[in-house]
Amino acid sequence: MSLRSMPRRLNPRALRRPSLCHYVSQANPRLGLAWQSCRNVASTPTAEKVLFPGALNSEFTNNLEFLRPSTNKAISTFRVLNQYGQVIDQERGADTTDEEALELYKHMVCLNIMDLIMFEAQRQGRLSFYMVSTGEEGISVGSASALNPTDTVFCQYREAGVFMQRGFTLDQFMAQLFSNCEDSGRGRNMPIHFGSRELNIRTVSSTLATQLPHAAGAAYALKLKNQQNPDVEPRVAVTYFGEGAASEGDFHAALNIASTRQAPCIFICRNNGYAISTPTSDQYRGDGIASRGAGYGIDTLRVDGNDIFAVRTATKEARRLALSDGGKPVLIEMMAYRVGHHSTSDDSYAYRQKVEVEDWKRRDNPITRLRKWMEDRGIWNEDKERKLRSKLRKDVLGAFDRAEKKKKPKIRHAFDDVWENVTEEQRAHVEELKDILTRYPKEYDLSQYEGGIESLDELLQKKQ
Amino acid sequence: MAASKLLRPASRLLSASRSAAPAFRPAFRPAVITPSIVARRYASDGGVKEMTVREALNEAMAEEMEANEKVFVLGEEVAQYNGAYKVTKGLLDRFGEKRVIDSPITESGFAGLCVGAALAGLHPVCEFMTFNFAMQAIDQIINSGAKTHYMSGGIQPCNITFRGPNGFAAGVAAQHSQDYSAWYGSIPGLKVVSPYSAEDAKGLLKAAIRDPNPVVVLENELLYGLSFPMSEAAQKDDFVIPIGKAKIERPGKDLTIVTLSRCVGQSLVAAEQLKKQYGVEAEVINLRSIKPLDIEAIVKSIKKTGNLLVVESGYPSFGVASEIITLACEYAFDYLDSPPARVTGAEVPTPYAQKLEEMSFPTEQLITSYAAKLLRV
Ligand SMILES: Cc1ncc(C[n+]2csc(CCOP(=O)(O)OP(=O)(O)O)c2C)c(N)n1
Ligand SMILES: [Mg+2]
Repeated sequence: MSLRSMPRRLNPRALRRPSLCHYVSQANPRLGLAWQSCRNVASTPTAEKVLFPGALNSEFTNNLEFLRPSTNKAISTFRVLNQYGQVIDQERGADTTDEEALELYKHMVCLNIMDLIMFEAQRQGRLSFYMVSTGEEGISVGSASALNPTDTVFCQYREAGVFMQRGFTLDQFMAQLFSNCEDSGRGRNMPIHFGSRELNIRTVSSTLATQLPHAAGAAYALKLKNQQNPDVEPRVAVTYFGEGAASEGDFHAALNIASTRQAPCIFICRNNGYAISTPTSDQYRGDGIASRGAGYGIDTLRVDGNDIFAVRTATKEARRLALSDGGKPVLIEMMAYRVGHHSTSDDSYAYRQKVEVEDWKRRDNPITRLRKWMEDRGIWNEDKERKLRSKLRKDVLGAFDRAEKKKKPKIRHAFDDVWENVTEEQRAHVEELKDILTRYPKEYDLSQYEGGIESLDELLQKKQ
Repeated sequence: MAASKLLRPASRLLSASRSAAPAFRPAFRPAVITPSIVARRYASDGGVKEMTVREALNEAMAEEMEANEKVFVLGEEVAQYNGAYKVTKGLLDRFGEKRVIDSPITESGFAGLCVGAALAGLHPVCEFMTFNFAMQAIDQIINSGAKTHYMSGGIQPCNITFRGPNGFAAGVAAQHSQDYSAWYGSIPGLKVVSPYSAEDAKGLLKAAIRDPNPVVVLENELLYGLSFPMSEAAQKDDFVIPIGKAKIERPGKDLTIVTLSRCVGQSLVAAEQLKKQYGVEAEVINLRSIKPLDIEAIVKSIKKTGNLLVVESGYPSFGVASEIITLACEYAFDYLDSPPARVTGAEVPTPYAQKLEEMSFPTEQLITSYAAKLLRV
């Protein structure tokens, strides 16, 4: 019998033993009942409500009226601070201590400085590629600050702030960017494809939106773990993606499967107005990404991404919701503007006016908004700002220099990890490569690779 | 919310106001009024001109769009941005928003839309930013594009062209660096071509657009910027290269090198080295078409040379080279004087590191030394 069919047959024996599937209805009796009723009740001629299995609690009507989303009021955007950095709802407040705020600020500024330096470094040809987070620092840093370190995170690529907030060091950033021997990804990825096992952040993948179903899957696994280990603090999966990536089929598949499986997954969309050159007007016609949540039965909120306190508060609440009722997905749409070019391969002035960008920079920005709040509270001033910036600049440049001087990863890593173990065929390949490299030392300079040719021996000696 | 208006770039508004224009333009408008190819440089003897592969692809699309209003181009970034690799440069200005269409980021969506449009009688050119991203849409290409004509009992034609860069580029790592020749080459119902030169690019793309079948055009990013001579005939707008015919790029009598796409250039260099170093005359066959495969040309060449080396940048297992060697064994075994050999990409996910990446694909040197080994010279 397939696993899938078990909960439907309600096999009493299966109910008694803890299985993967039926606990959904145990943990969430309401859900279980809804399932029941939709299959057991038939529509009657006198019913006031639709009793078709596909729509519960829908009243009959003789009004021929299509739903017209274009006539709806747009979904509101949640914020805590106004653009002058003042808290709007005193009762809720900023929900952040001064120390926490200072740390968030430091991380945003550090990210901003790293972006400036690395973008320039790419222009000088010192690394192959880079992507900045300018204008979106508040989303990544703020949301990460509201999560537990044990929550599993899946990023798109413009979320270096999540790594920074979770403790990825500048040396670790630089090791990946220069793909040197310290890169935990073993030099296999393009720059900005960070990943960290210790920090519970999965490695960035190049193909858009593929991380979304993965996050739903991780959330499902976490749901089972949360259930099986009630003494351990429950965890959620969190995934980030752009509004452009949300056009991929994987987005829709992920929301639907997370919802039907009631997986504790927080979907965080960074809606920054562009996907490379494609403006949102060509990307979708609905009310942003938030409007899609309802269609999948997912609790949804739209947030001002320039307001880091709003981002934090929203993420905290999303986390609480995601763990309530035995688990469920939540969707947050963080509104922002992509201030920088898409990547170092892009010149955005080919498709948008420079003044549009300048306007946005002036109008609003997560860093200046938090700074205004801190200045109002008397915990920040021009002098501190100057000192912080000059220190961070020095830190970034220091890590940059160290990383650039390091060796490249071992050549064995071209073969390692393709499969769990080295195959017989690979062994032959490695031996042949070793033979060529030994016979023509002048043709192949191995000095820049950590461990030189010996790293191939390590691989050959590796137990199968 | 006002944001959608605010986020709408001014340039976009400009192009929106222009949207209706093409419909009112006379269909006979001569191509010379708004040439999309600016650079037709270096006029030399015999009317031969130099042209990059990028320009040739662009010209092919422009000419076919001019000739047949059923042809349109759709893909990510193809209109406003002129294509991720600028292959569709100027087409939006020339043909307008109805025929040069930017898609949301949804490969399965826009490839599916193109297949649907083709089943309804249009002739879409579906551009993938790279064929790596076409993986998101491979069901549309294969299960719908390639099979609907057959499954519908022949009543639904599917005149569609899928095109975009294929294979590894430079420093873009494993998920952006795959060669799909063997994948698409194995599907009944598809035709697959893989141009090398500017003439190939123009002639094959035009043939693909005109062909009533779904055709996959596997281009190569590293070739886009290279210039090639264009014969006078190839400069004309009626120039097409028949799909299914290989081209002998260099005649020879000692060794047949069968190859495709960027490896053609490398094999030509290797052939030159073989001649210089060993006095060997290698015949280089540019496949041009992967499906159908010109086995006749290959067998003919083997009959002449008695030796076969296949060069490609895909993975070795179940690849184009495996197929060609098998066919050679089936049809020309008695003419082979040595065991046929192949030079392919290494069986590892493409490394990001530049030096390792170099080691993962055929080089001119490698081809030369393999050929020498095969011939025992
Ligand atoms: C499947 C796939 N298709 C296309 C691309 C090329 N691509 C990379 S980033 C990008 C734009 C994504 O925009 P969005 O999701 O809005 O994120 P943003 O860059 O705005 O942060 C595109 C089209 C890709 N990486 N993967
Ligand atoms: Mg975006």
